[in-house]
Amino acid sequence: MTLQIVDPGFLTTVQDMGRHGWARYGIPPSGPMDAAAASAANILVGNPADAALLEITLLGPALWPQCDVLIAVCGATFELWAGELRVPAWHAVFVRAGHSVRFAQRQAGARAYLAVAGGIAAPPFLGSRATYLPGGFGGWHGRALQRGDRLPIGPDPAGRPAHALLTDAGMAWPRSQRPAYTAMPTLRVVLGPQHDAFEPEAIHRFLGEPYTVTPRADRMGIRLQGRPLAHRGPAEIVSDGLVTGSVQVPPDGQPIVMMVDHQTTGGYPKIATVIRPDLPLLAQSLPGDVVRFAPIGLREAQALLRQSVAAPPS
Amino acid sequence: MSPDASYPRILPVGEAAVTVEFGDRVDVALNRQVHALDARLRADPVAGIVETVPTYRSLLVIYDPQQIGAGALETALAREAQRVQAARPAAEGWNSAEIHTAVQDATSPIVEIPVRYGGETGPDLGDVATHCGLTEAEVVEQHTAPLYQVAMLGFAPGFAYLLGLPTSLTTPRLATPRLRIPAGSVGIAGWQTGLYALSTPGGWRIIGRTDLVLFDPERSPPFTLDAGVRVRFVSV
Repeated sequence: MTLQIVDPGFLTTVQDMGRHGWARYGIPPSGPMDAAAASAANILVGNPADAALLEITLLGPALWPQCDVLIAVCGATFELWAGELRVPAWHAVFVRAGHSVRFAQRQAGARAYLAVAGGIAAPPFLGSRATYLPGGFGGWHGRALQRGDRLPIGPDPAGRPAHALLTDAGMAWPRSQRPAYTAMPTLRVVLGPQHDAFEPEAIHRFLGEPYTVTPRADRMGIRLQGRPLAHRGPAEIVSDGLVTGSVQVPPDGQPIVMMVDHQTTGGYPKIATVIRPDLPLLAQSLPGDVVRFAPIGLREAQALLRQSVAAPPS
Repeated sequence: MSPDASYPRILPVGEAAVTVEFGDRVDVALNRQVHALDARLRADPVAGIVETVPTYRSLLVIYDPQQIGAGALETALAREAQRVQAARPAAEGWNSAEIHTAVQDATSPIVEIPVRYGGETGPDLGDVATHCGLTEAEVVEQHTAPLYQVAMLGFAPGFAYLLGLPTSLTTPRLATPRLRIPAGSVGIAGWQTGLYALSTPGGWRIIGRTDLVLFDPERSPPFTLDAGVRVRFVSV
């Protein structure tokens, strides 16, 4: 029961829903950049939403399952092949042992998630299988996947034999429940905790003007470029805690949205926090894409969070 | 003593976290209020709180809004924070002797860290001595004199920011950070001193290194240090 890596692609890592409870020790959550796509892929193959799967970045891999598997790919749009067959994303797909799974042309987005029924059985580290590359731990030996890696696949969560996997193939994730990916997303933010460190014009500008995604965008943070946001006083604060989605503004006035591998503390004022349900839109952004920020109230944001918890396909 | 009436204050950090601020400066007494609130929340957990992150002057509280409403959480945190503030008032502008006394009088555990100062394990000891107008031996003597308080862990896994560096040892960071600082390195950056638990890039002046393993995933807890504990360096 293994998944052999024939070609790792640009950057493919093992991720689950993250390493929580360790931020006080300086360890970020890690986990998928696009949690909505990752949960959808897992649920399509019958896994718990937080099972370990592959995060695929920009250039997709080629894989070779050594057994019959049920897989699903969600998130960024790639041309996808199983053996000689073109197969759809956002669907459960049955792949016979010995047939390769290949990612060809990427058509949209930055990151795709490949789940396999049973999950990737990498050894957990501090309670999680998520890879944290800067720390060199978690996932598969703390690193990106390489040619020749043979990833163990866990037991099927429902104990399904191969013929039952075949029956479960074809299930689709409804379009209406997929994130509304776009190259011009509007990200909703809860203002604060340090929006009072900025001039009122800066807050107005932040909430109205376009910001372009720069090439300095990775799992730690996404740096944006636009008209600078002026601080009222010093552009540094006494370092305090960060979350995924925190929008830090360093002295140059250009916002950085902290992503899943973020440092746990930071010394720049945070003008706002992107709400969790909108992070998948940013996770799929590419350099040159244009984002805008829109304010949302706390209660409305919490209501959206409740709705965003992944539901199985109807 | 002039307790600022605007603190403690509770600010939203998105829809699933808040930060409880006790002030806006680096101050050992404020830091102890943070640790006291953290300890209370850990000893007597509030349902719905997922995780807390103590920092210099604030506690980040990550919560599950499906388990606890924002209003109920704020009420619970405000009550606890006010109790903590009343029990451990902070004073403005402590000098290093007062910081020293405050850390000395704390009750948290003390961890002794054996350090090989200078040489290959402390390549910047000479520069720190020159900058401070001291001999290397005097730097070591002054660095090993106080008890330090772990203000917070951050920057990288297990990296400990310590409060209590004698002001005579204040030295700016390196102009160009090093790509790799070995695990166990002890550094100085401005008025701060700190400890690298893992090998990472870094710009602190490295004056020594400990052979103590500060992070071992097979151990429980895996980190030797936690926010709030006290540290004494011993030259070996």
